[in-house]
Amino acid sequence: MGSLNFIGASVKRKEDYRFLTGGGQYTDDVAPERATYAVFVRSPHAHARIRKVDTAKAAKAAGVLAVYTGEDVAKAGINGLPCGWLITDVNGQPMKEPPYPVLAQGKARYVGDRVAVVIAETYNQAKDAAEQVEVDYEVLPAVTDTASARKKGAPAVHDIAPDNTCYVWALGDKAKVDEAFKAAAHVTKLEFVNNRLIPNAIEPRSAIGAYSRADDSYTLYVASQNPHVERLLMTAFVLGLPEHKVRVVAPDVGGGFGSKIYLYGEDVVVTWASKQLNRPVKWTAERVESFMSDAHGRDHVTTAELALDKDGKFLAMRVHTTANLGAYLSTFASCIPTILYATLLAGQYTTPQIYCEVTAVFTNTAPVDAYRGAGRPEATYVVERLVETAARETKIDPAEIRRRNFIRSFPYQTPVALLYDTGNYEATLDAAMKLGDVAGFAKRKEEAAKRGRLRGLGYSCYIEACGIAPSNVAGALGARAGLFEAGEVRVHPTGKVTVFTGSHSHGQGHETTFAQVVASRLGIPVEDVDIVHGDTSKILFGMGTYGSRSLAVGGTAIVKAVDKVIAKGKKIAAHLMEAAEADVEFADGVFKVSGTDKQVPFAQIALTAYVPHNYPLDKLEPGLNENAFYDPTNFTFPAGSYVCEVEVDPDTGKTTIESFVAVDDFGKVINPMIVAGQVHGGLTQGIGQALLEGCRYDPETGQLVTGTMSDYCLPRAGDVPSFKLDTRETPCTHNPLGVKGCGEAGAIGAPAALMNAITDAVGVRDVPMPATAETVWRALASKKAA
Amino acid sequence: MPVKVSMTVNGKPVAAEVEERTLLVTFIRENLRLTGTHVGCDTAQCGACTIHMNGNAVKACNMLAMQAEGADILTIEGVAAADGTLHPMQEAFREHHALQCGFCTPGMVMSAIDLVKRHPKPTEAVVRAELDGNFCRCTGYHNIVKAILDAAPKVAAMR
Amino acid sequence: MYAFNYQKAKSVADAAAALAKNPDAKALAGGQSLIAAMKLRLAAPAAVVDLGGVAELRGIKSDGKNLVVGAMTRHSEVVFSDDVRKAIPALAHLAGEIGDRMVRNMGTLGGSIAHNDPAADYPAAVLGLGATVETNKRKIAADDFFKGLYETALEPGELITSVSFPVPKRAGYVKFKQPASRFALVGVFVADTGSGVRVAVTGAGPCVFRVPEMEKALASKFAPESVANIRIPDKGLNSDIHASAEYRAHLVTVMAKRAVQAALG
Ligand SMILES: Cc1cc2nc3c(=O)[nH]c(=O)nc-3n(C[C@H](O)[C@H](O)[C@H](O)COP(=O)(O)OP(=O)(O)OC[C@H]3O[C@@H](n4cnc5c(N)ncnc54)[C@H](O)[C@@H]3O)c2cc1C
Ligand code: FES
Ligand code: FES
Repeated sequence: MGSLNFIGASVKRKEDYRFLTGGGQYTDDVAPERATYAVFVRSPHAHARIRKVDTAKAAKAAGVLAVYTGEDVAKAGINGLPCGWLITDVNGQPMKEPPYPVLAQGKARYVGDRVAVVIAETYNQAKDAAEQVEVDYEVLPAVTDTASARKKGAPAVHDIAPDNTCYVWALGDKAKVDEAFKAAAHVTKLEFVNNRLIPNAIEPRSAIGAYSRADDSYTLYVASQNPHVERLLMTAFVLGLPEHKVRVVAPDVGGGFGSKIYLYGEDVVVTWASKQLNRPVKWTAERVESFMSDAHGRDHVTTAELALDKDGKFLAMRVHTTANLGAYLSTFASCIPTILYATLLAGQYTTPQIYCEVTAVFTNTAPVDAYRGAGRPEATYVVERLVETAARETKIDPAEIRRRNFIRSFPYQTPVALLYDTGNYEATLDAAMKLGDVAGFAKRKEEAAKRGRLRGLGYSCYIEACGIAPSNVAGALGARAGLFEAGEVRVHPTGKVTVFTGSHSHGQGHETTFAQVVASRLGIPVEDVDIVHGDTSKILFGMGTYGSRSLAVGGTAIVKAVDKVIAKGKKIAAHLMEAAEADVEFADGVFKVSGTDKQVPFAQIALTAYVPHNYPLDKLEPGLNENAFYDPTNFTFPAGSYVCEVEVDPDTGKTTIESFVAVDDFGKVINPMIVAGQVHGGLTQGIGQALLEGCRYDPETGQLVTGTMSDYCLPRAGDVPSFKLDTRETPCTHNPLGVKGCGEAGAIGAPAALMNAITDAVGVRDVPMPATAETVWRALASKKAA
Repeated sequence: MPVKVSMTVNGKPVAAEVEERTLLVTFIRENLRLTGTHVGCDTAQCGACTIHMNGNAVKACNMLAMQAEGADILTIEGVAAADGTLHPMQEAFREHHALQCGFCTPGMVMSAIDLVKRHPKPTEAVVRAELDGNFCRCTGYHNIVKAILDAAPKVAAMR
Repeated sequence: MYAFNYQKAKSVADAAAALAKNPDAKALAGGQSLIAAMKLRLAAPAAVVDLGGVAELRGIKSDGKNLVVGAMTRHSEVVFSDDVRKAIPALAHLAGEIGDRMVRNMGTLGGSIAHNDPAADYPAAVLGLGATVETNKRKIAADDFFKGLYETALEPGELITSVSFPVPKRAGYVKFKQPASRFALVGVFVADTGSGVRVAVTGAGPCVFRVPEMEKALASKFAPESVANIRIPDKGLNSDIHASAEYRAHLVTVMAKRAVQAALG
């Protein structure tokens, strides 16, 4: 029975059959009877006073059932969308929290801001009628650019923040850092933009609200990464509904990458409207709406400096960042460029002093929030671009300079609040250099030069904090929610198991990985375990999936519940075998009395629990169903080393990735196949950021210029290479599985590796992201000119 | 004005009255309730809606249902054998973990089957180039490419 | 998409009659441009006349001197046509560079040149080869066909029936793709026709155009270095988020060089 250990096995995914045969059930596939269709009227202006919304014509159009405006929702007492994290600024003041109405009131603040909604019998009717809603806009000057939001005379997005500043926040000891800089033998300084990204999960957002008069309850189907959080925020803060009367279902979800964490106005409107109309209301975003209205990511303007001594040891780091929050504070917007960013600036290094100051600004752009990596890619970019540039400037080999500064003893307390529990950075760097044949690079470069190509190599040694988070720590930092996870293990009388988890799977393969964990622990086949997620009516509670937390936090909750099942099983087994409970052992699916050959298989214990004829009913409840909540005691710290090799065509400036090596330390790996898939996807999004993707607003009009897939460049198969992966393992010390999380690593580590390779190939200090062909061609030209 | 449209879908004749402006993908999803064919964009780029019309892969979101009048349509629901056995391309996707959220997957599989029909012995470069019309935001394409390369000879052997 | 009337034409005459009857009607070929525009509500024809069932508009014929491609011939048919590959391999290659496989399975030659997108590929071949566009009313020389941004010599209701490409001695097409849309940021078609050299550029300007200076240089010596130092002026070239006019001008030279190289095989 030893074969029933699936930890570390590439078990094929349980969910695949339905997806491969068209059997997936995504929100838009749900077709309630008597459904109506909602189309949102969105602001065509970046900034405009709404003088009047005339709905008369639209209301009379064919098939139209209702038209609602900002005034209507205000009258109905619907509150604005809340922000889940309070940041306190350097002066001890709370951040500015302007209202974020579900339908714009008084003013529209970005192109795509929801101004009204039209609900009709058919989608086409709603769409046609939406054009008949007449909005009288007084167009105002707009500010979209991060760097200029605080300039004198910039238009104010919100009256309560006349200088467009939400907060100025800082971490670290400024005086000590300044002092260290004075003593430095060398200072490396870089200024760059961390380009704004649009998430583009291939499934557009979608929501269906359905009210039932029979029991005064609501069901919301929604493409969400965390249905319980969605419900909590919507009922308690926005609609004021009794939480137990609202069921939120996030069925199959076609990718999220952060963009489906948040509570959006559309979700609220369809839920509320379903009661007004007493019919289900369905809305699915068109892709142009996704571009305009999904929360965007990144968008930092940063000045960063690294101080080194004469031996290349890092003495201090000083970082100033302006972060764009967009027009409103999205659900977790405020903590991304602060808590999830500045705390990662130590990277893998012993830099003793770090100071980071972040100014967060409002602009007339879509709200900005967590996008795959969320703060950590920005931090890694700062650290790893600085380190590589410092190495080049001090003529120390870039791998060597890293080695001189690696943290080597754990636990390690960084100067930016985190306590790394474990790691082995040298091991991943060594492995990556071997796998990438760094030794042979010079030869390849020479050979490329013969073909007229410029070859370059770049490293990135990233670290991330995952498994968010100890709730009390998060709370102390301003979180307005707990960050634990919940799980329930229901053993059926036949010994088959259904697991309910608060984590949500939208591509991560939880139905398989979690089943492997449970099956291994119970010593039963993986087929005997089913995972249920994404429905508040089935799952006890959940904080959802983001920040690579599902296995580390959600998985641990399940393990705890499994252990309770086993503990109870031992009691039952002790009774059946007439042994002392202390003598009962459980291994490989069998309860045994130690030192004897007496044993009972798991399934028999299950049956006994439900058919409790021979059962200690006086001491033990029947049944075998346990749940557990798990609140982590620390973050987890996945880390790794990436080596990227590129070639640049000097005639066109076009970059091709010749080799991309990623060696990650995710702690214990449950399913290597799934983990590799997560890395591939993350790398590709990171490569997208570095080479292809960049959200652009027109600086004059505030129009979203990259508003379709023909203008915003998503990576295609031909844009990326086959990746070379490996892993090293230092198990996480504070969760029973020893796991750290793998969902974001690629997106975090890749951009710096790629940009380090491109700058190496071209021979310049910096090239802005995305490094389009023209950008690189210009960098080459400016180098020639110099 | 509603018009009548009829075609064969996954081997079965179907017909309905639709608005003229009905897209083929809307007809498939809404009228036939075959929701495996997905919609991921409005500019005919993502490929989530890929189906076969008369044996050729096309984007069902970028054509009218009326353009498929009388045509033979195959959607993802019609790819596996009647007993549920996966097509070798589907099997290869599962074997190589070529899908994550599954949203791009039906279009990807339909496109991949067409790809290996056109290029029975594709190289990695050909596969990557020929996947131009299909976006996947999850997998980074690595395993999709592997799956297609692996499935190509098996699909060829089917014929 | 706005509502419209749909009609399926049985013949060219039938289609022409339907289009003549309604000035707000549009011919529908593969729909890869038209439907896409209608979905975004950028185009709103009152009626759509579907050419999909008109057999006489389809097919490829070659007599060794000319290659005649029917207006409704799909891009993918051109890619895989033995006749095209034999007569003008550069044309098959160009068709294979259009959009993606699914788009190529629907999109047509007639639709592409009637639409005359400034970044479309076919116009470069039609102009570069000095082809003749045949309509239900007349024959139009390539040099007279492409008039400007989305503008052609076609009169309202006039239908392209086929395009006749003279078979060149050698020809090459190289495209630098706009990374997001995959249309041509710059595409250059070079043809050595025997009676002279033609160089046609797409993507760079508001409409496909020829580069006489390059043609002259190549006529005296058909080699990449002949165009290596010919730089077209930036003025009047497209400039957008994807590329500046300056960069496009630069790419014209680079792509022309590579197209000559491709023609030389
Ligand atoms: C995702 C995507 C990517 C693309 N990439 C490229 C690319 O890289 N390069 C490129 O060149 N193109 C590209 N295209 C456009 C594609 O090639 C279209 O097929 C082509 O531009 C139009 O051809 P169609 O047959 O689809 O015409 P339709 O869309 O049906 O019609 C286009 C226009 O032509 C008119 N028309 C059609 N046929 C005739 C006729 N016989 N006589 C007179 N008028 C007629 C129509 O009335 C309409 O105004 C792309 C399209 C998509 C959706
Ligand atoms: S939905 Fe058809 S290509 Fe995106
Ligand atoms: S698997 Fe999610 S988009 Fe491809």
